Order: sequence, then structure tokens, then C-alpha cells
Amino acid sequence: MLRVENLTKRFSGFVAVNRISFALEQGEILGLIGPNGSGKSTTFNMIAGLLKPSEGSIRLEGREIGGLAPIEICHSGIGRTFQIPRPFKQLTILDNVVTAAFYGQRGSVSRAKALDQAEEALTLVGLPTDPQAEVASLGAAGLKKLELARAIATQPRLLLADESLGGLDETEMNAAADMLNHIRREKNITIIWVEHIMGVLMRVVDRAIVLDHGEKIFEGLPREVARDPRVIEIYLGSEKITFDEARS
Amino acid sequence: MDTRIWGGIGIAALAVVPLLGLGNYHLHLLITVLIWGFVYTSWSIMGRFGMVSLGHGAFLGVGAYVATMLWNTMGLTPWVSIPVAMLVSMAMALLVGYPCFRFRIVGHYFALVTLALGEVVRLTIVGLRDQTGGSLGMTVTGVPEGTSFLALQFGDRATFFYVALLVWLGGLVIWRLVDRSMLRYALEASSEDEDAAASVGVNVTRAKLMILMISAAMTTLGGALYAQYQMYINPETVSGIAISLQIVFAVIAGGLFTQLGPTVGAVFTLLLAETLRVTFGHDIHGLDGTIYGLLLVLFIIYMPKGITGSIMAGLSKRRRPNPAAAPAE
Repeated sequence: MLRVENLTKRFSGFVAVNRISFALEQGEILGLIGPNGSGKSTTFNMIAGLLKPSEGSIRLEGREIGGLAPIEICHSGIGRTFQIPRPFKQLTILDNVVTAAFYGQRGSVSRAKALDQAEEALTLVGLPTDPQAEVASLGAAGLKKLELARAIATQPRLLLADESLGGLDETEMNAAADMLNHIRREKNITIIWVEHIMGVLMRVVDRAIVLDHGEKIFEGLPREVARDPRVIEIYLGSEKITFDEARS
Repeated sequence: MDTRIWGGIGIAALAVVPLLGLGNYHLHLLITVLIWGFVYTSWSIMGRFGMVSLGHGAFLGVGAYVATMLWNTMGLTPWVSIPVAMLVSMAMALLVGYPCFRFRIVGHYFALVTLALGEVVRLTIVGLRDQTGGSLGMTVTGVPEGTSFLALQFGDRATFFYVALLVWLGGLVIWRLVDRSMLRYALEASSEDEDAAASVGVNVTRAKLMILMISAAMTTLGGALYAQYQMYINPETVSGIAISLQIVFAVIAGGLFTQLGPTVGAVFTLLLAETLRVTFGHDIHGLDGTIYGLLLVLFIIYMPKGITGSIMAGLSKRRRPNPAAAPAE
């Protein structure tokens, strides 16, 4: 479904991402993990259209999308969330999602259909469809859900989830992970989930890629990640990995 | 009572005003409020989305001068020259707006670009003195019979009152249409976060250009209407920084985010100007500008929602004395 080949990003000589390649199958959840500065956000932003790759290609269902603007990426069928939620505070919760449903799809969508799709997305993530509900009434977990609902409302085939667990407590993290899994099943969406918290993520993802200093150091099943000596080395002391949570 | 019923009562009340036997002075004040209320509404239609233009005098000037010059030199009826002027303004808006929005020139920088545009138009009018009369301004050639529908000239104020009323109502309708359209959603989203808006498919450049061009065209109509009413225009009254700032001040004072806010701003600024004129005459040069500036600062600090916005906030607080702040998650 998505094929990334030799993806490279340089910032004035500094190589942030170095020749990364991977592929995704339809309906798969891929975990893209690594410590801070590993290049996962840069990779994410290249796929999302916020950064232009210096080299390499990104193909969605055979079509090159590397270097396209975010709006074109969205209309190609890729939805994204932001690490720090960026809601449109002047709009209600429902209107945030209606905006995404109305503008986020290729071709014209009627307002009534956009409203239906927005309500469906909000229900899927467990947010109210009340037209008066304000963004200000949402806490950290609610804002993350709104990010997800907005992305889902664009009817993506591929969802890019950027650190959906950041700022959440353990219960909320587990709920968020289950929700992503639920969304994948309900909508048959392929998901790339970028995260630096490994434990919860490993319960849900089908495969994981670990980045460090812009290089791909591991790709494999969740249970294998926990045993890989290079992964253990980069995380040891800096991150508490609950390996026993990793899906066997 | 439904707001539509209130609106109907308000329009009906306004429609009978000329029949009440008001003197020319009071009718003049009302016409002035309607024309400027329309111009201010035209500015607020984009200003409410964070697109603060300090150069709307440019569009006002194009409306007044293009319509007047085409009438005076070619005898072209304002029914044709006004749409021509509106097209000129829309082209100008496109020329300035596209690079601004494409390269994300927003906030203060956008305000500065528009400020320059206003001055460019004013200086062009002054520079083309053989055609425009320069700083001395120009008069609209009057029809001998005093009233001509084709020339959009009316000898009696009552007829012009109805013309101004129709245009003003048209402005309110456009404001409402924009408010209820999906364009508003796109602009609200774009004004808060362009990256996030683009990530959900909003074409930020197109949305901003659309509202700028609508606003420019409306303001141009206001400028042409002002010229037709006053029958005299000069660069200081219809273009340049002073008039552009007056527009901003009036809208902020009246209320940027409400439909009637700009009109209330027109009433407020007119009352202020008339009070100053009656009290001090023209003895103290620049007094009105100084007081406008002072009041603008006070409004921004103490009443950022303007007069109507503050009243509405107060009313809605009364209706909901003790809101339950339960989270929506």
C-alpha cells in the first residue's frame, strides 16, 4: 500500500533521516519508534507533506507522493494527527470534524454528508456529537481524540498518528491504543503510529521499525523488538520498556 | 422572539423613516451611517478571520474614482462603471493577496502590505492630477434634471436613503451568507493554524483570496455609492491611511464578530465626529484623529469584542447564570 524507498532528509549538511526503506500492507499497523532525535518525526513529516524529501521516494498505491503539499497528501487519502493537538478553537468540536470531512476528501462532498461522516468519526472515538460542545471543554485525552476524529473524517486509507499517547496517563494510554486498533478494524485503515513510548504501542502494532540517529536499526515483529540488543541499548536507562506487554 | 421577526420589524421601521418628515440633516446622518455601515461590514467580513487590512481605502478609492471618472469622461452609467470598478478591485486584491497568502504573509506583515496598497492608490490618485483632480479632488458631473436613475443621482435624499438602505441590507445578507457557509469553517481553521487546516484539506490560499476579493468588491461598491451621494471626492476622504484606519477603528468599536457590529461602529464614529465638530468646530487640527487613536487603544484593552459583542456576551451570561462546566469527553 505504501512503499518508502531510500528516504533521506538533510538539513544543511546534517542528515536527519538516512536512506530509510519500508513497506506497508493494507490494514496493517506499523509502529515507528525511536528516542528523541531519531528521525521518526522527520520521516513522519515527509510522508505528511510538511517536509520535502532530499532523496528517495514515497509511493502510495503506486503513485509518487513525495514532496506533495499537505493538502494534496490529504486528498491522496492520508490523514494525520499532530503530536501536540492543534484544534480549531473558534469552531465547536463537531464543526472541527465537519470541516475535515467537507474539505478533506477528493471531489466535492455535500454538507449533509460531511455532517454524517463527522458524527460517525466522533462516535468512533467516543466524543459528543452535540453541535454546541466547545473544544474548550476537552482535556488532554479529549483533544487527542479530536485529532483522531478529524483525521478519520477525511476518510483516509492511511492514517499517520503522531505520538498519540503523549500527555496521557496509563489508563488513557491503554484506551488510546485500543481505540487505534478499533479504528483499524472498523474502517480498515492502514496506520503508521509514531511513538517514543514503547510498551503500550507494542500491544497493538503488527510490525515495528526502530530508528536511531536517522538510521533504521530494526524492523520486525513486536516480540522481536523487545529482544533486539540494539534497541535495548538505545532505550536502556532512558525509557522504561515493559517488554512483557509486547504482544507475543 | 425570533431574530428574523426582530429583523423584519427593524427593516420595516427603517423603511418608514423618510416618511416621518425628518429634516435633511437627520436624513443625511442616516444615509451616512448606512453607507459607512456597509463599508465597515465589507471590511469585517474578512477582518473577523484575523485578516487585518489597513489598506481598504484602496478599494474604496477605486470605487469612488473609477465610477466617477468613467461617468465624467465617457458618460458611462454607474450601473456599468461600478461593476467595472469592482472587477478592478478584485484584480488588485488577487494581485496583492495571492503572494501574501501563498507565502504566508499574515498578521502584522499582511497589515503592512495592505497599508502600502492604500498609500499606492492614494498617491496614484494624487499623481494623476490631470485626470483625477489630484489633492483637490473631483466632482461627479451632475445631471441637469437633478434626478436620473441611469446616472444613479437623486435630487431628494429620501430616494438615496432607500438606495443606501438596500445596499446596506445586501451587505448584511452577504455577511450572513458567509457566516453560514463552509467558507467560514475554512477561514476559522486557517486563521488559527494554517498547517492543521491544510492537513484536513483546506485550501488556505484559495479561501483567503475568496474572502479578500468579496470584501474588496463590496468596499468598492461602498466607495462608488459614497461618491454618488456626496457628488464630490478627494484622495483623503476615499483612500489612504486615515480612512483605512477609520474603518478598522469603527469595526473594532462596534464589534468585529457580530453582524450589526460594524453598523453600530458607524453610528458610534458618526456621533463622535459630529459631537467633536459641534463642540470644537475645526479649531483644533487633528483632534478627531487623536481621540480615535485613544479610544481604539481603550477598546482593544477593555472591550475587545466591541460594543455589540460585549452586549451580546452580557446577555448570554444572563441567560446562563450558572453554566455546568462538565467536560465533553
